[in-house]
Amino acid sequence: MSWFLRNIDLVAVALGQHVAIALTALAIAFAIALPVGIAAARSERVYGVAMGVAGLLYTIPTLAFLALLIPLVGLGRTNAIVAMVAFSLVVLIRNVATGIRGVSPDVVDAARGMGMSAWQLLLRIELPLAAPVIVAGLRVAAVTVISVTVVAAYINAGGLGTLIFNGISNDHAPKIWSGALTACALAVAVDGMLALVERRLARARLG
Amino acid sequence: MMLVDAWHYLTAHPAQFGAALAVHVALSAAALVIATAIAIPAGIYAAHRSGVAFAAINAANIGRTLPSLAVLALVMPLLGTGFAPSLFALSLLALPPILLNTLAGMRSIDADIVDAARGMGMTPRGILRRIEWPLALPVIFAGLRTAAIQVISGAVLAAFIGGGGLGDFITAGIAMMAVPQLLVGAIPVTLLALGADYAFGALQRRVTPRGLG
Repeated sequence: MSWFLRNIDLVAVALGQHVAIALTALAIAFAIALPVGIAAARSERVYGVAMGVAGLLYTIPTLAFLALLIPLVGLGRTNAIVAMVAFSLVVLIRNVATGIRGVSPDVVDAARGMGMSAWQLLLRIELPLAAPVIVAGLRVAAVTVISVTVVAAYINAGGLGTLIFNGISNDHAPKIWSGALTACALAVAVDGMLALVERRLARARLG
Repeated sequence: MMLVDAWHYLTAHPAQFGAALAVHVALSAAALVIATAIAIPAGIYAAHRSGVAFAAINAANIGRTLPSLAVLALVMPLLGTGFAPSLFALSLLALPPILLNTLAGMRSIDADIVDAARGMGMTPRGILRRIEWPLALPVIFAGLRTAAIQVISGAVLAAFIGGGGLGDFITAGIAMMAVPQLLVGAIPVTLLALGADYAFGALQRRVTPRGLG
């Protein structure tokens, strides 16, 4: 505990890096998953292919994936971000697609009857109604990305895992505790926050 | 070219590879068995007690969000390094998906079906054995599948706390920037995870009663 308090600035820097890497990966993954998910909602075939490919990527063990990318992109942050994007695609695409498919056909018909174009229908009806399910996907993806970032410290991506690996190699338990517990706290806090957003959106949708 | 080098590395170190693979499979299988032995009975016990179920779901949801490497690292200062501490951490990591799916499977059963069975004079034990268990089994197997993938992936990280397994080749390969050695760890463990995913998927379809799913 005293090591943690004396080195709080060190932990804060690692935490900042951790959040920055995780957010970058999440933003890129979402930018890919949103259009793919929309397409998958409309076509069973796109859905099948996207789920097959993304599901395969998701199954690859974290450290093996980071290692397999080394011959292609080397060590460091790029490698980590590519791996995290690959890991988050499956849940994001699935939730965008199921969210949109869950919109009642009556609502879609009514919107069409009011003369909405396909774009208006997507932006003003389908995506807002699918928002709680999409946020549920973001929540799982955020937790995944935070978890992968811990491991990515081994390939020099930075973040809280750096404290853990330093602690392991110097046999310095307080460093391990500080890195690991901060990472756990971050994951639980982000999960809880997004759960709250998810519930708010679901309620707004009903009311 | 890199694959050829990796193959040469593999054929030059067959005993070392075999041992690492055996440790990896043993670690993963043992963790899965321990977690199953705890989580399925616990899930069945909690399923009909709403207070216990609420607590179990919340605990499992928190457990599920914890980063695998953080859990392994936290075990090290407490229990030291090696196979046993790794097994302990991996068993903990496998608990939440099995527990959550057992609860979900048991609680998703239509109350009318259970009522009908009770009306036919079945005992609670008979209802559990002949109605609830078979109907919940596909969902439980989905949980086992998730847990298996997580444990195989987590067992790679056990290399960091001296747990052995295929992760040893990866960490050594990264430390020395020896790509062939790294591939000798990364490719087999990827195949192991994909194989487990396929096998548990097939089992899941097998245990799904006809007319369901």
